[in-house]
Amino acid sequence: MALARRGGIGRYYDVNGWLFVAPALGLIALFMVYPIFWSLWMSFQSGRGMMMKFAGFGNIVRLWNDAVFIKALTNTMTYFVVQVPIMILLALILASLLNNPRLVGRAFFRTAIFLPCVTSLVAYSVLFKGMFAFDGIVNSTLQAIGIIASPIPWQTHPFWAKALVIIAITWRWTGYNMIFYLAALQNIDRSIYEVARIDGVPAWARFTHITIPLLKPVILFTTVISTIGTLQLFDEVYNLTEGKGGPSNATLTLSLYIYNLTFRFMPNFGYAATVSYVIVILVAILAFLQFFLARERDK
Amino acid sequence: MRTSTANIASAILTYGFVGLMAFLSVFPFIWMALGATNSSIDIIKGRLAPGEALATNIANFFTLVNVPLVFWNSAKVTIFATVLTLAVSSLAGYGFEIFRSRHRERLYRAMLLTLMIPFAALMIPLFIMMGKMGLINTHIAVVLPTIGSAFIVFYFRQSTKAFPSELRDAAKVDGLKEWQIFLYIYVPVMRSTYAAAFIIVFMTAWNNYLWPLIVLQSNETKTITLVISSLASAYYPDYGVVMVGTILATLPTLAVFFFMQRQFVQGMLGSVK
Repeated sequence: MALARRGGIGRYYDVNGWLFVAPALGLIALFMVYPIFWSLWMSFQSGRGMMMKFAGFGNIVRLWNDAVFIKALTNTMTYFVVQVPIMILLALILASLLNNPRLVGRAFFRTAIFLPCVTSLVAYSVLFKGMFAFDGIVNSTLQAIGIIASPIPWQTHPFWAKALVIIAITWRWTGYNMIFYLAALQNIDRSIYEVARIDGVPAWARFTHITIPLLKPVILFTTVISTIGTLQLFDEVYNLTEGKGGPSNATLTLSLYIYNLTFRFMPNFGYAATVSYVIVILVAILAFLQFFLARERDK
Repeated sequence: MRTSTANIASAILTYGFVGLMAFLSVFPFIWMALGATNSSIDIIKGRLAPGEALATNIANFFTLVNVPLVFWNSAKVTIFATVLTLAVSSLAGYGFEIFRSRHRERLYRAMLLTLMIPFAALMIPLFIMMGKMGLINTHIAVVLPTIGSAFIVFYFRQSTKAFPSELRDAAKVDGLKEWQIFLYIYVPVMRSTYAAAFIIVFMTAWNNYLWPLIVLQSNETKTITLVISSLASAYYPDYGVVMVGTILATLPTLAVFFFMQRQFVQGMLGSVK
């Protein structure tokens, strides 16, 4: 009797559990899991539009010889390697400065620095495109202050075009990361800093020896998020360069290349899927690597 | 004496740096607001004063763009995405946390792996799927793939850990069914979780770009993000018009930010607790 009752409750629990989670799991299975396996299968196919046939490793061989792909890959990695550390360091410095309760107006500063997060990626890209026009506000201000002698070709020179993308992303996301660090800093006992200060530990040493080690889990978390975000970069580059990734592919990202392969050029779904799997693999490797490195340093 | 000079120097450095960063963060907003009042040529030349072209810019924006339709499209997509995502994800977050089983735990962990899937690897199959279902150029196609969100499910599950089990027990004693407990007790109690999740989903849906760019192909279905993007990528973009559009597109999220600042930050912080 008792056993039967328990079985009954177990089943009741189970049925309810499945009912509650089914819609979400169903949708995720249908629109995430199924497509990701489909594109894996597609990456071994080749052909135009829906006319596809098995191509074995043909697409992978093609990747190897595709100069545009190599360019997009290098660009994407450049953004990631240059932008993520700059932004994280900037956000950390800002957070530790704003964490000081004696700083006058810190609520204002915090709100101001966080404000870029409310803009859509498209809106701010459009704004930056205008501000960094050749005779635009940024160049004219820099010239007026005397930092540069002649206007910088932000949108026509390969180096500066990349720099512009990096500046734009840093503007949009530094405040976002800062908020994470500020939240984490609030959990650190301020007396640690006071003691260090009284012992004569200079500010930068407090930063590198107290703040950074204690924030390591959050730094790791934000690094992983930023990495995944940067590897998928699309909206900014598309809107800064009229969808071309120019000048001459200098700003092209993997996502933009996939988009162009699929929807702009003669559609080759198979090859585009292969390129997309490069992102899948990069995300997996980098996320794994970052977790691994963080764990190693813990030992 | 030396320390006080050092203190003053470090204060100047601190305020200088933080002030500069705050200024750089806010400047594009000022530039956008001033830009809306200036002519395209003045904007590009970097004029930094209020001009007289505001009325012209607004008028031009309204002639170039079917504003009510575009905003209705954006609103429709955002409302459906938000309501459905919150409903589906909170049900799942609650279900995973309250009714535990080994199988579901395993599925939950598998589900979290989907957080690493880049959208670029989904867009081609999704596009073909939508084509087969005859949904290209519909708002259903925009909303449908965004409803199931592992992140929001995760967010609700984390927050459900703080849901007092006594409430559930009391409700069961009172004879409430499971769906009634969820609807009449869980939902009202978890208001602030819903508010924070609302902000995440609202922002994502309102600002969504790549996927709508792929599936929405006619002017009648386009959302505000797509419209701004195409206005700005014209050969000679009218920057005055673009500024008006950018302001209008940013206002809803800006409003949400200012009226719900605490939940906004909470929503952004989301998972780290």
